[in-house]
Amino acid sequence: MDARIGIRNTKSILFKSVIIFFAFIITIPLIIVLLYIIEKGVMQVNWHFLTHVPVPEGETGGGIANALVGSLIIVLMSSIVAIPIGMLAGIYLSENPGTKLAYYSGLCVDILQGVPSIVVGIVMYFWLVKPIGFSAISGSIALAIMMLPIVIRSTEQTLLLLPSSLKEAALSLGVPYHRVILKVVVPCGFAGILSGIILSIARIIGETAPLLFTALGNNYLSTNITKPMESLPHLIFTYATSPYDDQHDLAWGASFILLMFVLFLNIFTKLITRKWQIQL
Amino acid sequence: MANTVVSSSKFNAWFGDNHVVKDVTIGIEKNQVIAVMGPSGCGKTTFLRCINRMHELIPGATAKGSLKLYDDDVYQMNPIYVRYKIGMVFQRPNPFPNLSIYDNVIAGYKLNGLKMQKADLDNIVEKSLRSAALWNEVKDSLHKKGTFLSGGQQQRLCIARAIAMEPEVILFDEPTSALDPISTASVETLFHELKTNFTLIIVTHNMQQAARVSDKTAFFYMGELVEFDETKTMFTSPSDSRTQNYITGRFS
Repeated sequence: MDARIGIRNTKSILFKSVIIFFAFIITIPLIIVLLYIIEKGVMQVNWHFLTHVPVPEGETGGGIANALVGSLIIVLMSSIVAIPIGMLAGIYLSENPGTKLAYYSGLCVDILQGVPSIVVGIVMYFWLVKPIGFSAISGSIALAIMMLPIVIRSTEQTLLLLPSSLKEAALSLGVPYHRVILKVVVPCGFAGILSGIILSIARIIGETAPLLFTALGNNYLSTNITKPMESLPHLIFTYATSPYDDQHDLAWGASFILLMFVLFLNIFTKLITRKWQIQL
Repeated sequence: MANTVVSSSKFNAWFGDNHVVKDVTIGIEKNQVIAVMGPSGCGKTTFLRCINRMHELIPGATAKGSLKLYDDDVYQMNPIYVRYKIGMVFQRPNPFPNLSIYDNVIAGYKLNGLKMQKADLDNIVEKSLRSAALWNEVKDSLHKKGTFLSGGQQQRLCIARAIAMEPEVILFDEPTSALDPISTASVETLFHELKTNFTLIIVTHNMQQAARVSDKTAFFYMGELVEFDETKTMFTSPSDSRTQNYITGRFS
């Protein structure tokens, strides 16, 4: 009997060690990527790098100002499209679970989430770029489509967690339905919805494939949304595959900036969920 | 019965095919405390939720029959107006977690977007909190979140929120079942004071509570209103054998 217990204890300890080991292992890829990008990229970043556009091949210097501005404009436009639509659809899904419409649109959201970004890009290419040409607008729409499922699901999941007693409290005061949703339900789930939105931005800011077909890229600083526009991931893609060392450096610097941005958004999300989470 | 505030005749309610309230006819007079008791699943809460039309918000729930607030048919009125006139306090305290104590009290005005003077709002808040016997405990922390209060205080905050709308009737759905004995006692004391201004209808599982706080008691069983009488009469000489059995604890 004692021997059996000894074996069982050993197995438990072994199992615990294995899961601890793998929990530790999964932090390594991120650390490696971080260290490598920092090592290669941090030296490139300075004021000149952030405020100048790339120079022609063979010349030294130049920066990524066009890609920074372009990425900001494109992500901003995507957010303007995706956030209201996503939140409203998410509200419907959380308010009417069990209806046919909720079932089928929920299914579509899940499938949309799984659609490869390059497929979204090519569809946008045929629908928007072919008729009206390469433009930041078509890039934004492609990214908005990538953003939607995340915003919808995070809104839905957040609101589903709120107790129904909250809604009843407001309804019993004679508050009309739209005000119950906008003044009580959404504010109470605000932290969760906002973190979903920020994570969706972190997700799309690095998307390259849809932009290859749509926003294309631009060597100059452009704020015209009906014309091609540069973006960080696209700049990295073009310069990393070029034969010039100077352009490689530019790509490393841009990767560093992009990575820092995503890292910042993720940490920021953790902070708001902790700070603004409403105690129910 | 000129004093009748809420009356129903042959009132029925369903969840889908499940007939939960059957032909209830009742007349409730002004400034009284009415206890509604009965075993679980007897339809008492459903009936209560029909009075301010909260019942119909559940998918598949329907109601039929006449239910009046004074002379107006509740089911002909706009439900939003009905809920202004008939307030409700729930089983679990449910203050709005995103609002301060102050804003919770005036939530009925605020959430409805009614514009009011700050001084008027201050008045309403103080008056309602005093009526709910909460003013002395929270007057220095009006701008803290309502959820920092204890369970009993939260429930009194919810009562203050209902009072602030100055309704005719306040419905209580087992208001003390989630509270400890001391908080329960403070809420029960409140009922006596509130009835000078409001008519209270209280659903309760607790017979002692019904006996302690109410003027009249209604006994529901299997969806029917079995008996409705003075609380004293009800607990000493009930006329129906089912009431007798329930009160003496032969079923629960």
